[in-house]
Amino acid sequence: MSKRQHISATVNGDPVEFLAEPGATLLDALRDDLGLTGSKEGCGSGDCGACSVILDGRLVCSCLVLAVEAEGRRVETIEGMAEGSKLHPLQQKFLEHAALQCGFCTPGLLVSAKALLDANPDPTETEARYWLAGNLCRCTGYDKIIRAVMDAAAELRQEKV
Amino acid sequence: MSNVEFIAPTSPEQAAKALLAGGPGARPLGGGTDLLVQLRSGRLPAGLIVDLKRIPEAIGIRQDGGAFVIGASTPGITLSEHKALGLAWPGVVEATNLIGSTQVQGRASMAGNLCNASPAADSVPALVAARATCLIVGPDGRRTATVESIAVAPGKTSLAPGEFVLEIRLPARPGRSGDAYLRSIPRTEMDIAVVGAGVNLTLDAAGVITEAHVALGAVGPTVILATAAAAALVGTKADEAALANLDAAARAACNPISDKRGTAEFRTKIAGVLARRAATIAYGRAEKR
Ligand SMILES: Cc1cc2nc3c(=O)[nH]c(=O)nc-3n(C[C@H](O)[C@H](O)[C@H](O)COP(=O)(O)OP(=O)(O)OC[C@H]3O[C@@H](n4cnc5c(N)ncnc54)[C@H](O)[C@@H]3O)c2cc1C
Ligand code: FES
Ligand code: FES
Repeated sequence: MSKRQHISATVNGDPVEFLAEPGATLLDALRDDLGLTGSKEGCGSGDCGACSVILDGRLVCSCLVLAVEAEGRRVETIEGMAEGSKLHPLQQKFLEHAALQCGFCTPGLLVSAKALLDANPDPTETEARYWLAGNLCRCTGYDKIIRAVMDAAAELRQEKV
Repeated sequence: MSNVEFIAPTSPEQAAKALLAGGPGARPLGGGTDLLVQLRSGRLPAGLIVDLKRIPEAIGIRQDGGAFVIGASTPGITLSEHKALGLAWPGVVEATNLIGSTQVQGRASMAGNLCNASPAADSVPALVAARATCLIVGPDGRRTATVESIAVAPGKTSLAPGEFVLEIRLPARPGRSGDAYLRSIPRTEMDIAVVGAGVNLTLDAAGVITEAHVALGAVGPTVILATAAAAALVGTKADEAALANLDAAARAACNPISDKRGTAEFRTKIAGVLARRAATIAYGRAEKR
C-alpha cells in the first residue's frame, strides 16, 4: 500500500483537507472522501464528461486528474452551482426544456456549460455543440440540452445589462 | 492504480533525478490524458509518477526573439488563447486543439502527445513540419533534439532513463510563412486520426515557395518527414502540377498498416489528398503574412 498524502485544496470556495492515495483520482476524492457525489463516473477514461469539474479555472475530467494534484488548487463542482436554494439559470433552463432523462450526464453537462458561458457569454449553437462534444448523453439526443444552454446564455446576458 | 507513488518536484533537475531513481516504472506526468488512462486500465504497470506541472519552465508560452518557447506541460487550451502564437503558427495550434474535447484540452500537452509516441498523435506532424525542437533535461544535463527524433516506434521514445522534455521550441521564421494541419477521422470530434498531414511553407515576394516541410501522421510506425513531398513544392506557386507531384510523393512516403480505422490503400490515398489540401491552406496563410 502506498503512503497516503495530506492534501489541502479549495472546493467550491471552501478550504478542504483530505488524505489521498497517490493513485486515487480527484473524482474518487470528491465522491468518497468529501461526500460530493454530484460528479459521476461514466467511463473513467476521459470520454464521457460525467465527471467534469473546473480546476483552477479550466474544465477537466476529474477521472483523469490525480487527487494529489489538487494540492493548493481551486476545484469547482456541480455542488457549487446553485446559490442555496436558488438554481443557476443553466439548471433552471435544463428543467424548463426537459434537457435530461436519467440525469447521469446532467451534472457534467451543467459544469461544462457553465465553463462555456464563463468563457464565451454569447456562443453560437455550433460553438456550444463543439464545446460540449466531450459530454456524452445517451438519453436526450442533445437537442434539448443545446436549447437549454442557448436559452440560459440569453438570460444571463439579459441579467448583466 | 493502487501501488503508485507520486511526487511533484519544482525544478527540472529534481525531476530528472527522481525519474532516474524510480527506474523503468517511473513516468513523467503532463496532463495525464494518456498516462492515467493507461495506468487505470492496467496497460502500464504502476510505478512512480513525477508530475512536471510544478516546474515553472514546464508551463506557459514565452517569446524569444521570433521564436516561441512552449513549456512541455502547457495544456492545449493555453495555446488557443495565445494571439501571437496563433498568428505565427496557426497549423501547430489547430493541430494541438484537435486533441480531444474541451475537458481534454484543459490538460493535454504537446510533449505528452509526442512522448506517448502514438503514430496518430495530432500535434506531432504539425510540430515536425514546423521544424520544432525539444529541450531535454536528464541526469547528465541538457540537450536539444528534433521533434522527429523522439518517437522511435509506437509507444517507444529515444529518451534515456531519467530524461524528459522540458520545453518545445518553434523557431523564428520569416514573413510570408504559413502552416496548416489536417486530419481525417470518421466524424468531426473525439476520434483518432486515420491520416494526418502537416505542411509549413515560406514564400518569396513573388509568391514562389522557397522553403517547404511536409509531415505525415498515422501512415507509418512514427510520424514521417516527407522530404521528397516537400521538394515537389519548392520553386513553385503550389499550382496544380506542383500539387499533383506533392500528392504522388506523399503517397510514396507512406508505409501504413491496415486496421479497423482504414486499409493501407485508403490511408495512402488520403495522405496525398490531405497533403494537397494542407499545402493549399498553408500557401494562402503565407500569402497573407
Ligand atoms: C477523450 C480523449 C480524446 C483524445 N483525443 C485525441 C486526439 O484527438 N488526438 C490525439 O493526438 N490524442 C488524443 N488523445 C490522447 C491524449 O490526450 C494526447 O496524446 C495528449 O496530448 C497527451 O498529453 P498529456 O499531457 O495528457 O500526456 P500524459 O498523459 O501526461 O503523458 C503521455 C505520455 O508521455 C509521457 N510524458 C508526458 N510529458 C512528458 C515530458 N514532458 N517529457 C517526457 N515524457 C513525457 C508520459 O510519461 C506518458 O508516457 C485523447 C485522449 C482522451 C482521453
Ligand atoms: S468518467 Fe471521466 S470522462 Fe467519463
Ligand atoms: S439524461 Fe441520461 S445520459 Fe443524459
